[in-house]
Amino acid sequence: MKADPRGVLSGVHFLDGDQACAEGALAAGCRFAAGYPITPSTEIVERFAQRVPLLGGMFLQMEDELAASIAIQGAVWAGAKAFTVTSGPGFSLMMEHIGYAAMTETPCVIVDVQRGGPSTGLPTLPAQADMQQARWGSHGDYELIALAPNSPQECFDLTIEAFNLAERYRTPVLLMMDEIVGHMTERVEIPPAEQIELVPRRYTTKPPAEYQPFAPEADLVPAMVRAGQGYRFHITGLTHDERGYPTTSVAAHDRLVRRLVAKIRNHAAQLTRVEEHFLEDAEVIVLAYGITSRVALRAVQMARARGIAAGLLRPILIWPFLEARLRQLARRPGLSGILVAEINLGQIVREVERCVGAQVPVQLAGHAGGSVHHPQELFEAIVQMAHAVEIER
Amino acid sequence: MSTQQSLPPNPVETLLRTDRMPHIWCPGCGIGTTMNCFARALQQARLDLDKVVIVSGIGCTGRVAGYAHLDSFHTTHGRAIPFATGLKLANPELTVVVYSGDGDLIAIGGNHFIHAARRNVDLKVICVNNFIYGMTGGQVGPTTPATALTSTTPYGCPEQPFNLPHLAESAGAVYVARWTAYHVRQITHSMVEMFRKSGFCFLEILSPCPTLYQRRNRLGDGLEAMKYYKEASVTRHGAPTKEVALSFQGPIVVGKFVDVERPTYLELLNQQLARALEAQYTGCIEEHVRG
Ligand SMILES: Cc1ncc(C[n+]2csc(CCOP(=O)(O)OP(=O)(O)O)c2C)c(N)n1
Ligand code: SF4
Repeated sequence: MKADPRGVLSGVHFLDGDQACAEGALAAGCRFAAGYPITPSTEIVERFAQRVPLLGGMFLQMEDELAASIAIQGAVWAGAKAFTVTSGPGFSLMMEHIGYAAMTETPCVIVDVQRGGPSTGLPTLPAQADMQQARWGSHGDYELIALAPNSPQECFDLTIEAFNLAERYRTPVLLMMDEIVGHMTERVEIPPAEQIELVPRRYTTKPPAEYQPFAPEADLVPAMVRAGQGYRFHITGLTHDERGYPTTSVAAHDRLVRRLVAKIRNHAAQLTRVEEHFLEDAEVIVLAYGITSRVALRAVQMARARGIAAGLLRPILIWPFLEARLRQLARRPGLSGILVAEINLGQIVREVERCVGAQVPVQLAGHAGGSVHHPQELFEAIVQMAHAVEIER
Repeated sequence: MSTQQSLPPNPVETLLRTDRMPHIWCPGCGIGTTMNCFARALQQARLDLDKVVIVSGIGCTGRVAGYAHLDSFHTTHGRAIPFATGLKLANPELTVVVYSGDGDLIAIGGNHFIHAARRNVDLKVICVNNFIYGMTGGQVGPTTPATALTSTTPYGCPEQPFNLPHLAESAGAVYVARWTAYHVRQITHSMVEMFRKSGFCFLEILSPCPTLYQRRNRLGDGLEAMKYYKEASVTRHGAPTKEVALSFQGPIVVGKFVDVERPTYLELLNQQLARALEAQYTGCIEEHVRG
C-alpha cells in the first residue's frame, strides 16, 4: 500500500529531527496523536497539531501521559493509526500502557526523545539512558520493537518504519530519539508518496461467527478488527484465551505470553537493521547507536588515520537486539574487542556482553548525559583497546 | 428433564455473553442489577448495537465490559475515560459507554474524569458506587462515607467523600443523575436518556457490596441495603448538586439533577478549525482518521 500523497511533503527540506518525526507520522498515514508537553519532544506534536487538521485528523493534548498513551490505543481500536510522543518523566508514566499495548496487541507508536535523567534530570540536554527501560519498563514478560535514529532524515524514515512494524507485528513500537537528534537541523529528503510503502492493518477477512480475536496466523500474529463492525469482540489486559476472554489458566497464560514473545523474537534476524563501517578487517569494533554513532564514526576515522583497524557497528533497530549479527562478528579472528559507546553508564553494553560472552573483551565508553562524547575520548579508548591486546600478544 | 427448559428466554440474554456465565459477582451484589438495567436501556433506546461500545476500567464493576455482548474493552485501572476518548474521537459514529467503579473513575481516574467532563467529550459514564474498593478486598475509596469501616480504615474513615454529582456538574457534565440499585426503572430510564443525548453524561448508581462494605459495617446483606435505599431515598429532580452529598447511612437524594445543552468537544473542534482555516478545512475527522 502506498502513502496517501496528501500527507507527504515531498521535496528537500531543512528540518530538525522532531519536525521530521512529525512529517514521518503524517506520511505513514497517522492522523491521530495524543500527548502531553515535555521538552525536548514537544515540537513533534506542535508540528503535528499544525499540519494534521488540514489532513482531516487531530491532535489531542491530554491531561497527562497516562491519558495520552491510552487515548491513542482507543483511537487505534476505532481504526486510526496513532502515536504519542514524550521524554523521560512522561516515558516513565507511559509504562503501564506499553504493557497494555503489548498484551492487547495494539499497533501503536511511542516516541521518546531522550533527555538526561533520572527524574526531571536535564530537560534540555541529551542522554540515551532510557534504553533498558524501553525494553523492560512495563511489568511482566513481553517483547517489543525499538528503533534509534541518528539524524533528522532517519527521524523521518524510521517513524514510517515504526508505523509499518507496529502494523506488521501488532505491537507497540518505540522510536528512541535523543535531544540532539531531535533538535538538530539537517537536510531531510521526503520522497514522493508513491515511493513510500506502508503496511496496512491486518484486518480479518473472517465473518464474526468464525473470528477469534487472538487466534494467531502462521507468523503468530492474529488478525485484527475494529470497533463498530459487528464483531462484538472483547479486549482485556487480563490474561486471555483465543476468544479474548479472561482466564486464569496457567496453560492459557503460558500459551499467550510465549506467543507474544515469540512473534517478535522469532523474527529477530529479519528485524535486524544495522549500518556498518570498516568492519571487514576491524580489530576494534565500536558499537554505537543514535547520536553517539556519529561521534563514534569520527573516532573510528581518527583511528584508521593512525593505522588502527577500527570499525563501527550501528544498530538502527535496538530491540530485539542484533544477537545473531553480533555473535557472527565476535567469532571473527583478529578481533581484539568491542567498545560500546552510549550516553548512559552501561545499558546496551550489558546486552553486548550477554551476546558475545567471553569470546572477546567488551568495554563501555559511558557518559552520564548532558552532551555527546568527545571524539578524542572515544579515539583514545579505541587506541587503548587495540594496544591492550598487542601487549598481551 | 428440567423445568428451566420451559422458562421463556430472558429478553436481555442477547446482550450478555452467556458463554461467560457464571459471572464473578457475589450473591446480593448490585452490579448485575445495574447491568440488567443497562441491557434493557440498550433495547429500549433502539440503538444499532453494532455501534455501541463499552469501555471499563479495573474492578468488580470493570468486569461489566467482559459480560456485555458488544464491542467491549477492559482497559487499565482508572484509564477507561481516556481510552474511550480516543475511541470516540477517532470514530464519532460510535456510542461509547464507560462503565466502571467509583475508585476506578474517581480516585486513580479522577483527573481524566474532570477533564473529559470539561471538554464535554460525548461519553456516557456509568459509575457504580459501592462506597468501597470491591475487587481488592474492601479498602477505603474517595466515596467512602466518613466514619465507615474499611480494611484500610479499621478505626473508621476520617475523610470527606466526593459528592459525585456535584463534581460532575462542576467539571462540565451536561447530564447528571443518581439512583440506587433499588431504582431499576429509573436507572433504565436515565440510561436511555443518556444514550439519546450527546455530551459528557454521568450516572451514579449506589449499589450494595454485601461481601465487603455491608458486612464490615454490620449493615446486613444485599436485601438490607435495598431496604436502606428504599427508605432513605428522596427523589428531587433538579436538586442543586451541592445539596446531594451523602453521609454514612444518611438520606439519599436521587433524581436527575442536570440536563443542559452544550456543544461537544468534537463540535467545538470542528467549529474552531472551520473558523481558523476556512476553506482549507475539509472537516470530517472520522473518515480521514479511520483511513
Ligand atoms: C494501577 C493499578 N493500581 C491498583 C490496582 C488494583 N486494583 C484493582 S481494582 C481496584 C479498585 C476497584 O475499586 P472500584 O473502582 O471502586 O471498583 P469495585 O471493585 O468496587 O467495583 C484496585 C485498587 C490495579 N489493578 N492497577
Ligand atoms: S466484592 Fe462487593 S462489589 Fe465485588 S462482586 Fe462482591 S459484592 Fe460485588
